[in-house]
Amino acid sequence: MRHMLRQLLQSGRFLIGFGIFASILLTVLIYPLFINDPPLEIVSRGTFLAPGIYVNVYDSMNFSTHYTLILDDAVAQRVGARLNDEDRLAMQEWLLAAGVLEGEINIEDTAALIELWNSNFDPSVRVPGMTNADRNYYIRLTDSLEGLLATEGAIVAVPNQTTGVLEETGVINQSDYVNIGEVPNFRVLPLGTDNFGRDVLTELVSATGTSLTIGFVAGAVATAIGLLLGLVSGYVGGFVDDIIVFITNLFTVIPSFVLLILISFSIGQEQRGAFTIAVVIGLTSWVWTARAVRAQVISLRNRDHVNLSKLSGHSIAYILAMDILPYIASYVVMALILQISSGILAEAGLSILGLGPRTTEVPTLGLMMNWSMIYQAHILGKWWAYFPVILVIALISFSMNLMNTGLDRVFNPTLRG
Amino acid sequence: MKSDSVILSGKGVAKIFGFGAHKTVAVDHVDFSFRAGEVISIVGESGSGKTTLAKMLLGLQTPTAGEIYFEGHLRDIRSHRQKREYWKNIQAIFQDPFSAYNIFRRIDAVLLDCIRMRGGGRLPYEQKVEMMREACRFVNLKFDELTNKYPFELSGGQQQRLMIARIFLLKPKILLADEPTSMIDACSRATILDMLMALRTEIGMTPIFITHDIGLAYYVSDSVYIMERGKFVESGSADSVILTPREAYTRRLLNDVPKLHEEWDLSTV
Repeated sequence: MRHMLRQLLQSGRFLIGFGIFASILLTVLIYPLFINDPPLEIVSRGTFLAPGIYVNVYDSMNFSTHYTLILDDAVAQRVGARLNDEDRLAMQEWLLAAGVLEGEINIEDTAALIELWNSNFDPSVRVPGMTNADRNYYIRLTDSLEGLLATEGAIVAVPNQTTGVLEETGVINQSDYVNIGEVPNFRVLPLGTDNFGRDVLTELVSATGTSLTIGFVAGAVATAIGLLLGLVSGYVGGFVDDIIVFITNLFTVIPSFVLLILISFSIGQEQRGAFTIAVVIGLTSWVWTARAVRAQVISLRNRDHVNLSKLSGHSIAYILAMDILPYIASYVVMALILQISSGILAEAGLSILGLGPRTTEVPTLGLMMNWSMIYQAHILGKWWAYFPVILVIALISFSMNLMNTGLDRVFNPTLRG
Repeated sequence: MKSDSVILSGKGVAKIFGFGAHKTVAVDHVDFSFRAGEVISIVGESGSGKTTLAKMLLGLQTPTAGEIYFEGHLRDIRSHRQKREYWKNIQAIFQDPFSAYNIFRRIDAVLLDCIRMRGGGRLPYEQKVEMMREACRFVNLKFDELTNKYPFELSGGQQQRLMIARIFLLKPKILLADEPTSMIDACSRATILDMLMALRTEIGMTPIFITHDIGLAYYVSDSVYIMERGKFVESGSADSVILTPREAYTRRLLNDVPKLHEEWDLSTV
């Protein structure tokens, strides 16, 4: 046993797989200790906020101490953010269409360009070939150019409580800065928000935990059923074996995923909790464990040590538990790992079809995929809503398969080399 | 030691594997009757069906046809309880000591099983240890060195001696020894055989040797059965079968015994 552990620790594949899996598991366990927001809490109005740090505008404006930093490229950056190269090219295009000579346009010189634009642009002019969307874009662009090159600060005014007249309370200069640490309200959304306006990272961590649980339950159920049927079928043989093999073959020829879909559908939305789905996945995926265990047991049942145990008067249950199971334990552990990984994938597959656990209680990886698909995150290019989910699913699956290969090399000496 | 009571006999015992074109007749309707106290040998080359016959006698395999009688009564071992009763009377030593033990169980567990089989499960632990110590002493092993060890930590000869210690604790009426010495070097071989014979005197059992080694059969047994392709082709007392063989097969087996001072006859190999 100790020897096998040492060999496992020398197996690179197992270590890498275990490392990835352990870090996912640790994240799931530790993250809620520090950030204990409810995973399904809606934090934003509007959907699919991009990843980033969201600083409260009101707090940063009202803050009495503003710091003045003299940074040379501040103006260039500000202008660049509001008027990028694409906008400049679009302006050039419009101006050319409106009859301005090409030599007069210099898209590098921001001040000249804006001046030229303001003197020529007329939103009511119909340029041939321009769509309505383009027209609206140009109008938005014109609005955003307003005050772009202004050098004075913005005046903050508050309406007087009694008279209703605006009274100036302060000026925010262009060189004013706030220390983000001194702003009382800001929210880091490392993965933005999803279609419902929920924090994707918090949701993802919680979903990973739920999906792992589903995987473990499904894997445990499938392995338990498969192990029991395989052991009995392989060891007892005869008529019992025939019946069990018949049932196993029946389940083999019906694609288990179709079965899974039918069962999930007939259970109904109300009854479909995460645990129920896990058990259903387990109930439909034990087949190959049963077949594999049966084959192993058949090769073991006529060994001398089993005969000796029989001659010592042990019962069938004792022989199965003490003389057969320990010999196939490594194999069963490997099967369990694969079952867990395929259980997670099966849940994701089911949820994408909308047949996963009901959506009001817990997020799962599959549900997150389902939501982002329904709200067209992939078409809108909101990668943060689905790509991290895919990555986590892939990493879990990959790490478990890697561990499995590592275990295989230790337990199956013919593969070593 | 010898008596006239028949302890184990069979009528038309057969074992057939497979069906139709793939049918293999491992044991072909053999009759036998083993008398209590005799040393019996069943001799045959590989594939002659002797191990299958032994497994049927042990009740580990069910005969396809025929009846086996134990102490004059038709053997009935359908239920687990009946099997357990039967196995109190008949025990075995296997050919390969290295695969005969469960590698996950300690030596103590193996021997304690035997004490429990004999109904000693509720004895105080000290008494059990004393019994195990005695059994180990009988086969020249030191129990105090073996306790908490695993069988695979012993040498082949030690493991086979431990097997005999098992038999010493179980005290069965019949012992089926399936090639008990074939995996063991020549020096240990004589020790094992001597111990088996001593055990026979000690607990008064009937040993049945299953072997391909006709020399060993002659050395130990009273009765010899020669087996060829699932059938007993010749049987009788050891002297009559081996000194005056009637069958060509028996003569061939005798020729195959390696001799030191003669040229070996390899024509039959």
